[in-house]
Amino acid sequence: MSGFRIAKGGLINREQTLDFTFDGRKYQGVKGDTLASALLANGVRIVGRSFKYHRPRGVWGVWFDDPNAIFDLTLKDVSLPNCPATTTHLVEGMSARAVNAYPSAQFDIKGVFDRFHRFMPAGFYYKTFKWPHWHLFEPVIRKMAGLGHLGSEIIEGYQSEQHNIRCDLLVIGGGPAGLAGAQAAAQAGQSVILVDDHPEFGGGLYRRSKDIEGVKPAQWVARQCRAIEAAGGRLMPATTAFGVYDHNMVALAQDKGFGLAPTLWRVRAKRILMATGATDRPVTFANNDRPGVMSLDGALEYLARYGVLVGRKIAVLSNNSFVEPAAEILRRAGGEVRVLDATQGQAKALGNKVLHGVEMNGQRFDCDTLLASSGLTPVVHLWRHAGGKLDWDENLAAFIPGKAPDNMRAAGAANGTFDLDNALSEARAKAIGAPVPKQKSTYRITPLWPKPDAKARQWIDFQHDVTLKDIELAARENYASVEHLKRYTTLGMASDQGKTSNMTGLAAMAALQGRSIPEVGTTTFRPPFVPVPIGLYGGARRGQLFNPLKRLVLEDRHRAAGAALGEYGGWLRPGWYGARDITREVLRARNAAGILDASPLGKIEVMGPDAASFVNFIYYNTISTLKTGCIRYGFMLTEGGIVYDDGVIARLADNHFVISCSSSHVESVTAALESWRQDGNDPDRIFIHDCTQNWPTVTVTGPKAREIMAQLDLSIDLADFPHMTWRETRFKQAAARVARVSFTGDTSYEISVPVDKVHALWDAVILAGKPLGAGPIGVEALSVLRAEKGYIIVGKDTDGEVMPHDLGFAIPRAKKTAAFVGDRGLHTDNANREDRRQLVGLRVPDGAVALATGAHLVEKSASGLHSIGVVTSSYNSPSIGQPIALALVEKGTERMGETLTIWHMDQQNTATVVSPVFLDPKGARLNAG
Amino acid sequence: MQQFPCPFCGLRNEQEFHFAGEAGKIRPDTTRKVSAADWADYLYTQKNTMGEVREVWMHSPCAEIFILRRDSVSMAVLGVEQLRKNKP
Ligand SMILES: [Zn+2]
Repeated sequence: MSGFRIAKGGLINREQTLDFTFDGRKYQGVKGDTLASALLANGVRIVGRSFKYHRPRGVWGVWFDDPNAIFDLTLKDVSLPNCPATTTHLVEGMSARAVNAYPSAQFDIKGVFDRFHRFMPAGFYYKTFKWPHWHLFEPVIRKMAGLGHLGSEIIEGYQSEQHNIRCDLLVIGGGPAGLAGAQAAAQAGQSVILVDDHPEFGGGLYRRSKDIEGVKPAQWVARQCRAIEAAGGRLMPATTAFGVYDHNMVALAQDKGFGLAPTLWRVRAKRILMATGATDRPVTFANNDRPGVMSLDGALEYLARYGVLVGRKIAVLSNNSFVEPAAEILRRAGGEVRVLDATQGQAKALGNKVLHGVEMNGQRFDCDTLLASSGLTPVVHLWRHAGGKLDWDENLAAFIPGKAPDNMRAAGAANGTFDLDNALSEARAKAIGAPVPKQKSTYRITPLWPKPDAKARQWIDFQHDVTLKDIELAARENYASVEHLKRYTTLGMASDQGKTSNMTGLAAMAALQGRSIPEVGTTTFRPPFVPVPIGLYGGARRGQLFNPLKRLVLEDRHRAAGAALGEYGGWLRPGWYGARDITREVLRARNAAGILDASPLGKIEVMGPDAASFVNFIYYNTISTLKTGCIRYGFMLTEGGIVYDDGVIARLADNHFVISCSSSHVESVTAALESWRQDGNDPDRIFIHDCTQNWPTVTVTGPKAREIMAQLDLSIDLADFPHMTWRETRFKQAAARVARVSFTGDTSYEISVPVDKVHALWDAVILAGKPLGAGPIGVEALSVLRAEKGYIIVGKDTDGEVMPHDLGFAIPRAKKTAAFVGDRGLHTDNANREDRRQLVGLRVPDGAVALATGAHLVEKSASGLHSIGVVTSSYNSPSIGQPIALALVEKGTERMGETLTIWHMDQQNTATVVSPVFLDPKGARLNAG
Repeated sequence: MQQFPCPFCGLRNEQEFHFAGEAGKIRPDTTRKVSAADWADYLYTQKNTMGEVREVWMHSPCAEIFILRRDSVSMAVLGVEQLRKNKP
């Protein structure tokens, strides 16, 4: 037992006790404790095991600077892995388990790894497991590695709120500098937000244990907070600024309590004042990872904030002028304190599992706690996120903020201003843009960096077990750049991201290479500053809201008819109706009529004086010759000549067209049209409107389609309504557009009406169709119907290499004289190749089953089998009575009648190349009626 | 997260915008002979300038296409230009 709770003091409430367990043992803490402070108050020393060697680990720091105490936490039915014990507040009934330790941190079976440490230097995994293949070893290693265990239960209601706010000045850090700056700015009339990651403001003020501007710290803090709020400022405690992004956006994670999703605040600040303080650097000496070796500032903070004295017999090992006042504070609290000058010799921590003493220059001092500080490191992460530069300050032996990012300033300890009075005046001046008075620092430090070629193991990264020897090895093997050093040794890649280890690690590299620290430089600082749940970024964008489906106006009718609704191209559409029987629906359409909700089909209007030449440019096919009232099938290409979309275009008037693109391409086609319209054309002479959702569409297709149409209140002369024409008419006193165009190979009518008329239309069509044997069909039946006719689906039967002449549409390529999108792309060497893949049909031998979609067509060559094509669509065709398939095959049209080998999952079958049009090649059905 | 000024809507978050390409590329007149090299240049060659760039962007909600001048290193927005010619 070493640490204990002192009788009074701190920001805790001793009256309110909280029971909790750690690795199965019962403990008691108080309101205001973190898990770490509660364990230290109970004298617990070992709180975890290191990642690689499973060495015992004690609490090192007090807040985000602790690399060691990481717990899996359970409270009632909520389990969260990898919670830092230093920043997680204790809750009654909490149960904590050290990660990476089995069965407990105190007794860890894998601790045996430590005995073999000489076999596991940096790069051990890279060097050892590369033969024959890393993947052989990976599963076992992954199992041994990793930290906590993820619970299998999803936490009910765990969803982050997300808010956007703005302000004139965002002050990050609610210590003395931040409070002073925020108050000055708020009183000067700025809108100010002050954030601090602790639940109470004050930062490092409490640990000094001295009055500030004539009052006690707590009083001063309260006074500042009142003044900020009175001037209209906003205080956000328990809120971590974890990233600075482009254009002055700062991301904040606001703690909502254990098991509740934090709230994300995106702050757009005109200016940012960074007052994030500084942390203690560890001292690098032999066995410096022993539980009981701690941060000096951390010990002061445990005392001031949580009323915990971390040890009884305390040695302080340091190199700077802040040590004596610190030692005095600890003495007054009841500690027996001895100060050792770390620059006067090599220290060695004694004790096997936990610390028993320290040896230096042949002398031995018994102690239960060793507080080590090799100086203060300003917390400059956010400064670097924003693109600010760092300067090396010789006097402080630290990197401090250098050239500032636009609209960002640093003040207080974060800026290397360690004296309190100086920090206050600096923050007040910078908050209102006033000149900063010149001031003198009282901080004195004798630089103290890792000394290479020491015998014993000296830890640099406590969590990832990176020792000074590993850095030496990396230097020897020329992983000398800090970025290489980091990845080779995993230095700073633990969950604390090197907050305690990076500075000493790069100082060690500098010493090894005889370079200066600024020459070696730092690794890149990236958000998030502390770990945050992934759900914080996602917020409500999950489940249905992740990618909301478009819904049909007729969804209620489909549901009532027993439709199986599924996602098709971003729409929730009927796949089929009733029990899954696609054959029944296909035959219904072929023998009587199918009734299909075709509302998602694109309806993009193009109008204006230049509309005709515009669509002629957009389309592969010649559109200028299309007559009013007529419809033409065609392709849109990319500039590379690749088929981008297919569909029909109708000419409604000289200057008015409707482009009916694929259902799933409406947004992208509209954007492409807009792009050509505004960039390259006069946008005042062409207008583009996507009216897809204004005109729901019901399609009637099949031999009885015309009979059904005749019963509808449409006033169209069906006798004079040929295939590929359209009529503008009225339905129930509203405008209606009827197109005779087919995606099935049978006579089809697409009837589009305004949204409020489509229920009446659907009901009328169903009613008229029923006595004739017609009924609704879903998208699955449509896919079969169109394949039977050899109609392609772009993106399914085509890929990123298919050009129109591969699909049998070669005439515009040869003949069209006007410029069009993709024209030159159709005449490259690649486009002219003789062995291009072309669309064909495939028939299997009698009795064989349907081919697998995606199966390869293969040929033997000297080196074995090679692919000459791929099956793009394959169905059991009810109309043909046997399986059919579409495929892209090299020189496909030359191979008609050839029998090819089909390879799929190590099985080989055969199929014969045929025309892709299986049904009605002459088009008699299409033009019937 | 960056913010871009749409000439039509004003300052909006970057997720609402789509990059369309580097500005200043002229489509070759394809009714005349265009060499393979010129066509490939038009399709694929990007200046990818480090520093000040002129780019074509689209603001998706209003479909306005405009030229954005920005610094590709600092991410600073330097200005926008409308594509539309000013008409009386
Ligand atoms: Zn806009």
